[in-house]
Amino acid sequence: MLTCKEFLSELSDFLDEATDREIKAKLESHIAECPNCFVICDTTKKTISVYKGMKACAIPEDVHERLMAAVERKIAATQKA
Amino acid sequence: MATESFSLAPAEEISEEARAELELVSRARSGDATAFGALIRPYEARIFRLAMSITQNREDAEDVLQEAFLKAFEHLEQFQGNSKFYTWIVRIAVNQALMKLRKRKSDRSVSLDEQIDTGEDTVIREIAAWDPDPEQRFSQEEMHSILTEAIDELAPIYRTVFTLRDVDGLSTEETADALELSVPAVKSRLLRARLQLRDKLTRFFKRKGDNAFAYM
Repeated sequence: MLTCKEFLSELSDFLDEATDREIKAKLESHIAECPNCFVICDTTKKTISVYKGMKACAIPEDVHERLMAAVERKIAATQKA
Repeated sequence: MATESFSLAPAEEISEEARAELELVSRARSGDATAFGALIRPYEARIFRLAMSITQNREDAEDVLQEAFLKAFEHLEQFQGNSKFYTWIVRIAVNQALMKLRKRKSDRSVSLDEQIDTGEDTVIREIAAWDPDPEQRFSQEEMHSILTEAIDELAPIYRTVFTLRDVDGLSTEETADALELSVPAVKSRLLRARLQLRDKLTRFFKRKGDNAFAYM
């Protein structure tokens, strides 16, 4: 059976479903017998899930406008040259 | 207005969305500012969040946003279309953000490639089951502030990898490409970031009545 440390080192790949079949079976058998690792696995999965839906705050409109004004200036300068 | 064509993967492998984006890139290259505006609009908030995650300063993050997109405009001909436009922009924004940090700290060594792998940051401090649906206990604003506060406490190298991989939803390979890191480096940072965040969130989300106990 895997140690808890070995389980933790594979946790990310396990949650991303990026482990091969053999390792996956070992990891599943570890959490079936280790309540601590089961909780860590479950709560790490929830951690990823709560952040997945996190929206980025919209940027202030004037930031976009200033950027576009700078782009326009750049285009004008290129066309003049 | 003449538009350039890209030599990319076979046409059937390109999604409609990617095709529309490449069309905007072509028009922007020919000096169409409106096309450039439409090209970057969907990414501004995400790039701003990324810049905030590195600089942790609103003013600096606004500068980074401006500088990164202007730089992208100036160097559009270098975008080959063989990676996502967003990944390309992220790479530019990360470099701008790191330059900003170096300037602010007068420290030439600021990098996302630091080796700080001591193993100590994977130590689990608290294990407790969470509520099945932790979002129910808090308002949307409270939830946003809990998540932001927790992520802000991470070291920049973890924060950036976590933001790109788990919040923005880039693949591990795309994250590695955008940050110019190896895939194993991204994986190891992601694991640490996830475990540290899990630890921080446990104090808010643990099931009432459960006693947390030390582990390892």
